[in-house]
Amino acid sequence: MFPIIAKELLAPTLARFSIQAPYVARKSQAGNFVIIRVEETGERIPLTVVETDLKAGTITLIVQAVGKTTNHLLTKMAGEALVDVVGPLGNPTPIEYHGSVACIGGGVGTAELLPIARALKSRGNAVYTVIGARSKDLIILEPEMAEFSDGMFITTDDGSYRRKGFVTDQLKDLLDAPIGIGAVYAIGPLPMMKAVAALTRKYGVKTIVSLNTIMVDGTGMCGGCRVTVDKQMKFACVDGPEFDAHTVDFDELIMRNRTYVDMEKAALHPCKEKTMELHEAMMYEIR
Amino acid sequence: MKYVNPKKPSERMRIPRQESSEQPAAERATNFTEVSQGLFEAAAMVEASRCLECAEPVCIEGCPVNIDIKSFIQLIFKEDYVGAVNKIRESNYLPAICGRVCPQESQCESVCTLGKKHPAVAIGKLERFVADYETKHNLFVPPRIEVRRDEKVAIVGSGPSGLTCAAELAKLGYNVTIFEALHAVGGVLRYGIPEFRLPRHILDLETERIKALGVTIETNFLIGRTATIDELFGEWGFSAIFLGTGAGTPTFMGIPGENLSGVYSANEFLTRVNLMGANKFPRYDTPIKIGREVAVIGGGNTAMDAVRTSKRLGAERAYLIYRRSREEMPAREEEIHHAEQEGIEFLLLTNPTRICADKNHWVEGIECQRMELGEPDESGRRKPVPLQGSEFVLPVQTVIEAIGQKPNPIIQSTTPGLSTSKRGTVVIKDGQQTSREGVFAGGDLTRGGATVILAMQDGKNAASEIHRYLSSKHNGGTTPHLIESVFSA
Repeated sequence: MFPIIAKELLAPTLARFSIQAPYVARKSQAGNFVIIRVEETGERIPLTVVETDLKAGTITLIVQAVGKTTNHLLTKMAGEALVDVVGPLGNPTPIEYHGSVACIGGGVGTAELLPIARALKSRGNAVYTVIGARSKDLIILEPEMAEFSDGMFITTDDGSYRRKGFVTDQLKDLLDAPIGIGAVYAIGPLPMMKAVAALTRKYGVKTIVSLNTIMVDGTGMCGGCRVTVDKQMKFACVDGPEFDAHTVDFDELIMRNRTYVDMEKAALHPCKEKTMELHEAMMYEIR
Repeated sequence: MKYVNPKKPSERMRIPRQESSEQPAAERATNFTEVSQGLFEAAAMVEASRCLECAEPVCIEGCPVNIDIKSFIQLIFKEDYVGAVNKIRESNYLPAICGRVCPQESQCESVCTLGKKHPAVAIGKLERFVADYETKHNLFVPPRIEVRRDEKVAIVGSGPSGLTCAAELAKLGYNVTIFEALHAVGGVLRYGIPEFRLPRHILDLETERIKALGVTIETNFLIGRTATIDELFGEWGFSAIFLGTGAGTPTFMGIPGENLSGVYSANEFLTRVNLMGANKFPRYDTPIKIGREVAVIGGGNTAMDAVRTSKRLGAERAYLIYRRSREEMPAREEEIHHAEQEGIEFLLLTNPTRICADKNHWVEGIECQRMELGEPDESGRRKPVPLQGSEFVLPVQTVIEAIGQKPNPIIQSTTPGLSTSKRGTVVIKDGQQTSREGVFAGGDLTRGGATVILAMQDGKNAASEIHRYLSSKHNGGTTPHLIESVFSA
C-alpha cells in the first residue's frame, strides 16, 4: 500500500497528492511518470511525477478529475492509500541548454510541465512560461511557475483570467519577439500540442511534446500506447513519453485515444457525482 | 509392500487411458471457468495402474525438470497422494501449474513406453490430480529447510522461471527476494494464460507456497527503473541475481492499419482480461472492446488463448488466421482441439495484408491473401507463398495480433556489460551465466519465446548454478548454519 500523506484541493476537480513511495522518489527525474491503481478492482493509469521529497520519501501527483479513476482518486483523503504505485517509468527529459525556451502547459498538463521547466531553468535557460486553460479556475501552479520563470503568460479560452485566447496566440508572440526561443516544450491536451507543433514548424523551432496515450502496464508490455512517430511505430511508455512534436502523427493518436470514450462515460457517471458533491462541500469549507 | 500393482504388463496395456471430464464446449465458450475438471480419484487410481513401471523410465528423461515420474505414479497407486505430490515437488515446485499447462504430449508422454502401441499414461493429468488433491484436503506442508545461508539472491520477474529459481534457492537456505514490475505475481502465468486454462486461485496458492519458503516478493518494482542491477549488487547487498523477465514486448506485423481502434496485441488483449478483469467491466474499471466478428492472427498457444477469450467475451464469430497449415501450428494439440470444439473458425494458409478502417478510424475488416506451401524454410517448415489474385476482405471489428513476443529491453539497456543478441535476448553460456559476473538468466528472456516448463527448467538450473557460484565465491567461507541455531540466536 502507498499511503496518501497529504492532499490539497486546487480546484473542485483538481488536487495535489503527496504519496509515500520512497523507491520511486529516489529515482524519479523530470519527465518520469508512475502507474497507479486506486483499488483492487481499479485500472492502471499513468500520472506524471511532479515533485519528489527524498527526505520524506514522497512523490507529488497532481490529478484532474476526468475519468472514473481520477474522479475516484479525488475522493481519497490523507490517511488513505493507493494499492499500487510503480515507477519511475518512461525516459526522463533530456535537460539541455537552448538559450531561451518556451514552456507551454495546457490544463493539468501544466503539472507535468513544472518539473521540466524548473530543470530547464536550473540548466541556465531563460524560461518563458505560458499556461492555458478553459477558464480561470482551471489555471494551476501559477505561483510555482512564476517563481522561476523569466516571463509568465496566461491564457483562458473564455477570457475569465488574463489573456483571452489560446496558448498558441501567446506562443506566436513569443516566437515573433526578439528573444530567440531555441526550443519549445508543450504538454497538454492532444489538440493543443498538435496546434503548437503546427505553429513551431513554421518557425523551424525544435518542439518537444509529452504524449498521454492509452496505457495498461506502462512498461512496454501491452503496446496499447503505440503511436506513429517519424512513420515508425513507437511505444509512448518506453520510447517516450516525449517525442519531437514535428514527427508525431497527432490525428491518428487523437482517434486512437477515443477508443473507450463510450465505456468511460458509462463508468464515470455515478462516480463523478460523488466527487463533485464531496469537493463542493470541501471548497465551501475552504472559502 | 502394500498395494503393489498385481497386473501383468499385458493386462495393464488393455486398460483404456482415463480421461478427465470437461465442461461441454457450448457451455464453456461463454464462461471463464476451467475447461478441464481433472481426473476423479477412482480414474486416477486406474490410470496409475496403467504405468508399466519400466526398469529404465524414459519418461523422466522426457521431462525438462526430470520429475521422478515412475515413483510418483507408484505412490498414487499406493494411495499416498501427498507422498506423490511431494515427490514431484522435489524436482518441480509448481505441480498444480505444470499439470495444467505443460505440453506433456511432446515431453514425458511422448516417450512413454506404453505409448508406443497404446495411448501413453496420462502423466500430466496425474500430476494435476495429486496437486489438486493436496489443495482440496489442505494437506500442503512446506518442505523443511535444513540450513540458512546469509547471502541474498535477487530474482527479477515472478514468472515460471523466477518462481522456480526462487523456490529452489529458498530450499537451499538462501535469502531470496523476487522483484515483480506488475501489481500481481506470476508473469505470463498471470497476464497471459487465461483463467479457463489456469484458474487464478491455483496461481495464488502456488505463490503462497513460494512465500511459505521464506521468499519475499516485492511487486510494483521495475528493475532497471525502480532500482538497477548495479544497485541491487551495491546498496541492496545482493550476492547474485537471476533474470527471468520473459518475452513481454509484443511484435506487430507491420501491415497498414495496425494503429486503428480495435486492433490489439495479444499481450494487451489478454492482459486487460487476465490481469485487469476487463471481462467483469464495469465492476472492474478496465474496459475492453470486442467486435461481433473478431480475427486473431497467429498459430501459437497465445493465439489460441486470445481467440478462445474473444469467444467468451461474446464475439459471434471468432476467426483464427494462420499463414501455414494446421500441421505447422506451434500451439499444443489440446488447445487447437479445444478451440475447434468451441466453434473457432480457422482460416489456414491465409495471410493478412491490411486492416481496413471505417470513417471513425475503427476496424471494419481485414484484407487477407491465400497462401500455398512451398519449399522448407530455415525452420524446416514449408514456407508459405502468396497465391496471386487471391485477396479478400473479411468483415471484422476487432483484430488481435498474436505473432510473437520479444524480451523487454529495460534491463538490457540499463545494465552495462550485459550481452544481448540481435533478437534482444540475453546471451548466456553454460549454466545460465550471462556476460555479467553473478548475473544469471533463463526462460523466454534467453530463449525468445518458449514454454512454461522450459522456463522452469532454466530457473532450476540457474538455482543450482547460483548455489555453485556462491559456494565457490566464498570458498566455503560462509558456513551454513543449522536452522535451529537461527532460532536460538
